[in-house]
Amino acid sequence: MELDRTLNRFTAQCGEWLRGCGPESDIVISSRIRLARNLADFPFVRRCTDHDRAAVEKAIRDRLNNCAELNKLLFLDVAELEAVDRQFLVERQLISRELAESSGARSVGIDPHEQFSVMINEEDHLRIQLMKSGLDLESAWDQVNQIDDVIESQVNYAFHERLGYLTACPTNVGTGMRVSVMLHLPALVITRQIEKVFSSLQKISLAVRGLYGEGSQAMGDFYQISNQITLGRSEEELIRQVGDVVPVLIDYERRAREYLIRESQQDLHDRVSRAYGILCNAQTISSEETMHLLSSVRMGINLGLIPGIEIPTVNQLFIQTQPAHLQKIRGIELGTADRNIERALYLQRHLAKKPSKNSEN
Amino acid sequence: MKCQHCEKPATFHITELTGPELLELHLCEDHARQYLTPAEAEPSEVSSSLTESLTKQLKIGQTAEELARLDQRVCPVCGISFYEFRNVGRLGCPHDYVCFDAELEPLIVNIHGATRHVGKQPKRQSGDSDWQTELIRLRRELHEAIEDERYERASELRDEIKRIEGLVASGGRPE
Repeated sequence: MELDRTLNRFTAQCGEWLRGCGPESDIVISSRIRLARNLADFPFVRRCTDHDRAAVEKAIRDRLNNCAELNKLLFLDVAELEAVDRQFLVERQLISRELAESSGARSVGIDPHEQFSVMINEEDHLRIQLMKSGLDLESAWDQVNQIDDVIESQVNYAFHERLGYLTACPTNVGTGMRVSVMLHLPALVITRQIEKVFSSLQKISLAVRGLYGEGSQAMGDFYQISNQITLGRSEEELIRQVGDVVPVLIDYERRAREYLIRESQQDLHDRVSRAYGILCNAQTISSEETMHLLSSVRMGINLGLIPGIEIPTVNQLFIQTQPAHLQKIRGIELGTADRNIERALYLQRHLAKKPSKNSEN
Repeated sequence: MKCQHCEKPATFHITELTGPELLELHLCEDHARQYLTPAEAEPSEVSSSLTESLTKQLKIGQTAEELARLDQRVCPVCGISFYEFRNVGRLGCPHDYVCFDAELEPLIVNIHGATRHVGKQPKRQSGDSDWQTELIRLRRELHEAIEDERYERASELRDEIKRIEGLVASGGRPE
């Protein structure tokens, strides 16, 4: 019951990263920083016995509950969650797929505003992440750094004088920090420039991933840019490296949009309007098609081609139409075919321009 | 498992990381030596460049025996072998960075282009890391004692772990 109340509370709000505000939020969806940390007196998670794993989980959770700054965290025992609830948290980016799909004692602490979450027993004992809407890496770092200080006052981190914070995978050693910015780049996709942009990013050691991280496809033209190097550069340098490249990408995307407006406004307007038309009228629709069409609509709104709909509404639809979200909102389990019907109904209700009497979810 | 080139048992397991795809090789000692020695017998350009990169990665002049020895090295604290680490790509405990230091260094340079941390450090002294490492080792020994039903030893180990945990928590140093 308690758990249901917690999760239902999340379904009613949109989560920090989809608020659609913050600097450059027409193109930058969110900024995220995560820190990987391990306890000094336990093996890394993969090498833990079941007993160790449970001891690590309990020790960290107890210590976090001790901190006045962190006692508002809602802890969810991921091992006890139903598959649909785990998927729900993945869709909201509150936990990783790895945490959802692994086994053994593991949990997540989530702050009520969904700005930060602490995963326990993912690949490392602790994964602390902070998300901000729009492009706002500096304040994301300030906040996550403070949280890290608070946690560090309670536990002994595995730290090596020369190598820094020690992590289960040597790709994270040093700062243990991953800085990522999620961008919406539909015009670069349409004008076929996206591949070129990515290969130049890879040359400067930046990684490009899809919406749900490693291995996920670039659904809805969302791309995450992040640092690959974690050792030999300070946190501020790593933030600067990612932060410096984002305005360049924003500029490319804006120029590609201007080009489309200038050279093929009618085609663009047609594409956006058709996407909107399908979303408003489909009777059954898959998640992939929805993401694809919402991407066009989102760009259309930013370019003033679809009046009367706000960006936060569309941002929210991206997540509310995901499989687990639809089922949580509806309150029942649904198979693929039923989900596709439910999704179409949901889109019709939320995209119709005529003013609705009540603001339903 | 048999050697890929003959009937002898494969005692060398090599994962080739230099090509476009991962290449798993399972070889007997003779064929491993042949594979790892700069190619005279095999003049093929591809194989010599693979050998070159591998030899470079594992330090020039490393022989097949050394490679096998390296793979069999085990962390005394968590018990992971270097071979196991190479297979799963995840280390077993913080001490691995110390005991596999020489082996990890080329890998770390390859990933990060650096060998030294710059940036945040924990503000407080995190206590004596030797004793934290000892706790990892003792917990493993305890687990093994229980598995082997050596309950008397398990009970001694449990007391020892409690004693060290208590001292570490109170900021004192176990003697």
